[in-house]
Amino acid sequence: MLRYILKRILWMIPVVIGVLLIVFTLSVITPGDPVDNMVGPDATVEAREAAREEMGLNQPVYVRFVKYVWGVFTRLDLGTSYSNRQPVAKEIMHRFPVTLKLTLASVIVALAIALPLGVLSAVKQYSWVDNITMASALFFVSIPQFWFALMLLLIFSVKLQILPASGINGIRSWILPVAMIGVGNVGNLARVTRSSMLEVIRQDYIRTARAKGQRKSVVIFKHGLRNALMPVIANVGNTIGVSLGGAVVAESIFSIPGVGQFMLNAINSRDWPSVQGGIVVLAITFSIVMLLVDIVYTIVDPRLKTEFQARAKTKRKKGAAA
Amino acid sequence: MAKRYTPAMEKLDRKKVRNKSAMSTSPAKEAWIRLKRNRLAVAGMIILLLLILTAIFADFIAPYGIDEQNYSDVLQAPSLKHLFGTDNYGRDIFSRVVYGTRISLPIGFICVFLAYLFGGILGAIAAYYGGRADMVIMRILDIFQSIPPMLMAIAIAASLGTGVVNLVIAISVSTMPARARIVRAAILSVKNSDYIESARSVGASSRRQLLKYMLPNALGPILTNVTFSIATAILTVSSMSYLGLGIAAPTPEWGSMLSAGRSFIRTSPHILIFPGVAIMITVLALNLFGDGLRDALDPRLK
Repeated sequence: MLRYILKRILWMIPVVIGVLLIVFTLSVITPGDPVDNMVGPDATVEAREAAREEMGLNQPVYVRFVKYVWGVFTRLDLGTSYSNRQPVAKEIMHRFPVTLKLTLASVIVALAIALPLGVLSAVKQYSWVDNITMASALFFVSIPQFWFALMLLLIFSVKLQILPASGINGIRSWILPVAMIGVGNVGNLARVTRSSMLEVIRQDYIRTARAKGQRKSVVIFKHGLRNALMPVIANVGNTIGVSLGGAVVAESIFSIPGVGQFMLNAINSRDWPSVQGGIVVLAITFSIVMLLVDIVYTIVDPRLKTEFQARAKTKRKKGAAA
Repeated sequence: MAKRYTPAMEKLDRKKVRNKSAMSTSPAKEAWIRLKRNRLAVAGMIILLLLILTAIFADFIAPYGIDEQNYSDVLQAPSLKHLFGTDNYGRDIFSRVVYGTRISLPIGFICVFLAYLFGGILGAIAAYYGGRADMVIMRILDIFQSIPPMLMAIAIAASLGTGVVNLVIAISVSTMPARARIVRAAILSVKNSDYIESARSVGASSRRQLLKYMLPNALGPILTNVTFSIATAILTVSSMSYLGLGIAAPTPEWGSMLSAGRSFIRTSPHILIFPGVAIMITVLALNLFGDGLRDALDPRLK
């Protein structure tokens, strides 16, 4: 198992290089000359060439890529912004905590709501609780996030005036963005929990546990939920990916100074290194999350554990034979 | 002690089988019967049908033109004259929402079609040939998937620029890896079936095995996923347009209508309500239909 985890961690290196290659390729195929965005429209040829030289844009593409990768790996250098000539990494790093907090908060809140609802729905299958929960879950996954945010703004900020419409000051300003990012996740996770729980409840070991006289609550939570959690854990990784995307939209709607807003502003001013930096940081964050989810999964799932042990045994045997 | 299998029992079994086959002709038909019994799925289907009809007959349904501006009727609240009210240019929002079906639905379909076409080819190759091809393809998809789809779409749209074609490229490429995985898993699940082996043993070519035997049998989970993917694509199209990275202003795309109406949230909130409701109904119908399809194709899951 340790071998697997180690391998999985080492795999991060090609992933990061791959991500860098993707965003770098996108920067190369983007139409127009980046120098246009650094100097004014009526700059002299000399000024344009000086800017090009300063940004290293006069070098061949592959040299620029190798330098970029080298910079990222050795100095965490994400390049220099076209618009204010500041290091992109610095700009992003003080915005990153906001985005991360927003994403994690919304996933945690979504889990806290969705898990109990999903379990309740499965235990009371086809009851009114189940029907209402599943109907609302379906609504939640069908609502466009940004529109839900607009409706929340309309109700809580414009009409009732009890929650702030923008910025991040104090706990109350987090409520609407977290609700917006979390709404789809609640629906999705509740549906996953319910169907996974339903599958587990029908297993023989649940019947056995009940038959030996174990209390229903113990059976549901100890025997049922612990096993039903596996698909949910597998889903949390994806949920965080979706939420990172949601955070970008939320930051735009609620004017939250995070990586997403920074990126969207950079897109408007055609400041590609900043866009690139934002995507790279969020993608690496997502990869790390997926890595953690994978590791948790292998540790928690006893079936995987035994599989690894079995595989190690056969390998040892093969080694002994050879 | 096990009972002996008597000729009488065999006769009874044969009769059972015959009766069963008389009742149901094919798995597809059985699935269709199950689907028809599911009221929510039927509701989803009817809504979808109505939306498609709306898109086709938009010219007859919409009382005003897409860009018909009327400066005497600016920012009107909903009334009989303007069912959903008017926007800041005096355009009828109902008409624009109706014409919006001509954008969201086809773009959703096209994005999913393209993502499945290219993702499907990759997934099928990976599953069919296995071994090294599978490993290489899956590792490359892993890398692509380490960028969350929404961010990937934003990055592509930022690079290529706005517009319908670029938006379609952005959404198709960003969702392709996930679709490849679905196709791969579906084909892997039937790859080792006896009928594939028998097809191979009589000398069916790889292409024939894949297209004629594997794909039709693996279609169930793929079809369900197609339905959900269209729903997600429509949501992404509107979010991207809301962010200004998709379809630009004068086109009555629901997301860009909401984006344009954003500044009137305090004075004329009605602008912000109806395009969003339209998106939600479309996505809800697709999800209802997809749920029904999943239950009909795989009754065990119910």
